[in-house]
Amino acid sequence: MFQVRIHGRGGQGAVSGAEMLSVAAFLEDKHAQAFPSFGSERMGAPVVAFCRIDNKEIRSREPVLEPDALLVQDPSLFNSVDVFAGLKRDGYLIINTTKTLEQLGIEEAASKLAPGRVWTVPATELAIQHVGRPSPNAGMIAALARACDGVLALDSVIAAIRKKFPGKVGEANVAAAQAAFDSAKATQSSQ
Amino acid sequence: MLKQMEGSVAVAEAVALARPEVICAYPITPQTHIVEGLGELVKAGKLQNCEYINVESEFAALSVGIGSSSAGARTYTATASQGILYMAEAVYNASGMGLPIVMTVGNRAIGAPINIWNDQTDSMSMRDAGWIQLFCETNQEAVDVHIQAFKIAETLNVPVMVCMDGFILTHAYERIDMPEQAQVDQFLPPFNPRQVLDPAHPVSMGAMVGPEAFTEVRYLAHHRQLQALEVIPKIAAEYNAIVGRDNGGLISTYQTEDAETLIISLGSVIGTIKDVIDDRRAGGEKIGCVAIRSFRPFPIAAIREACSKAKRVVVLEKCFAVGLGGMVASNVRMALATQPLPVYNVIAGLGGRPITQKSLHKLFDQAAADSLEGLHFLDLNHEIIERELERERLEGCSGAVAENILRGIGAVAASKV
Repeated sequence: MFQVRIHGRGGQGAVSGAEMLSVAAFLEDKHAQAFPSFGSERMGAPVVAFCRIDNKEIRSREPVLEPDALLVQDPSLFNSVDVFAGLKRDGYLIINTTKTLEQLGIEEAASKLAPGRVWTVPATELAIQHVGRPSPNAGMIAALARACDGVLALDSVIAAIRKKFPGKVGEANVAAAQAAFDSAKATQSSQ
Repeated sequence: MLKQMEGSVAVAEAVALARPEVICAYPITPQTHIVEGLGELVKAGKLQNCEYINVESEFAALSVGIGSSSAGARTYTATASQGILYMAEAVYNASGMGLPIVMTVGNRAIGAPINIWNDQTDSMSMRDAGWIQLFCETNQEAVDVHIQAFKIAETLNVPVMVCMDGFILTHAYERIDMPEQAQVDQFLPPFNPRQVLDPAHPVSMGAMVGPEAFTEVRYLAHHRQLQALEVIPKIAAEYNAIVGRDNGGLISTYQTEDAETLIISLGSVIGTIKDVIDDRRAGGEKIGCVAIRSFRPFPIAAIREACSKAKRVVVLEKCFAVGLGGMVASNVRMALATQPLPVYNVIAGLGGRPITQKSLHKLFDQAAADSLEGLHFLDLNHEIIERELERERLEGCSGAVAENILRGIGAVAASKV
């Protein structure tokens, strides 16, 4: 089973991101379960969403406590939420940022992860450029397809985006996702 | 047809396949997506011959439902939490008048303190209102049980409440195998009401009944619930024959054959429990679980049989009768009154507290050692309780409990995972 936890803020589409990941997995004939951590639905409030992917039926309903991949849609959450909770050494950390880990102040936490596991992607900038809105979710899940090799194909992620957002908005999000896939990069490990 | 979809949207599609003629509902979290979904289907013309009625409250929603069902229309509504309390009088009237309405409850806690998250106190508050109550483990089960619910209701002239855990199921995206319209049409014939409101043939409905017959009316309501013990499995078998899925019936069992420890629960937590059972079976423990699907009627014989070889029973429930303990455990103890085995009662998941595999392992360790107390609260934070009790001891006017505790644990903690 591959478990994903998305941290974002209300309005950033974290819940939709988890939903699209589950649809992408479904399109690959996998079982997937996506659900939000349910809180007050208001713009800017911390939001958490989860997605599990497996080759067999997924029965457990507990929140994702030990994620294989952690998507951080707003790095300001590092200051207020225990984002890293349960992240394993070989788990992936994918951050929506143009800054360095030093600038984000998470160098130490990131250094506990195995080499090649920390990725950054300017998903908000790419969304503004392609979609005209600061909605980083399509870019973030495309970055996951890039970073977590073998979990989901980019084509499936793109097909899921098109299902969620038909028409022009969908194509704009697909463009943002493709750009995010291309520009996501693993940060230099200090180890 | 296989689809990846949200539980609420799946239920909306399933209800639409049953061809309801009147849908009347008032939005309340976490049920809202279901009736929104149905509203969209009606508006888009995908659900025809159906009147979607907007009302001003839950009381009105079910009251309109009583009217439309009396008039002979297949009727559906949905609610949750405070909503079902607000419609309480109509809940009793619907069953008392023998109206086969189907209602979804997106299970959510009841305030105060206000809480939008999942537990099953709302449905349980209406457990004795004369409705059949069916609890779903997965969204696939919710789809299948909703379609069966119309047939059960119309066969017995008893309303059916389909209970699904709010958020955990209603807001979860998972794989759904949606039946085809032709299959549902074959399974579920058009509603043939026992009595119809018709101006050409006036009748009185909802008459006053005095002491001379009230007990007999109630007895017959009970009689119909006992008939349901036969009808529910029979209809599940008919559904299975047409759709090809055995999702229905009074209870379902998992690894119970040789189980010494039996976990009894209901709703979505069964899935988590099954995973924990697999882990423990791998370690050699004889443990299994029983999911109660039909809580009303309460399947006494089925539970008695499932527990016949067990050494201990753990009833884990997301509801709590303050001043007594668990409502499900009370019923299970009644069913097992003649079987001398310990029944441990565990209250878990109140107000949306996650029920984790880690906590369940710890709990089942205690159960296997027979070291559980008769009434146990999973993951209860004793520190919070002691702090508040201490405050009450020290301060004459100590203030409101809920607000005191929130101040104590801090606002950030309150918004954490």
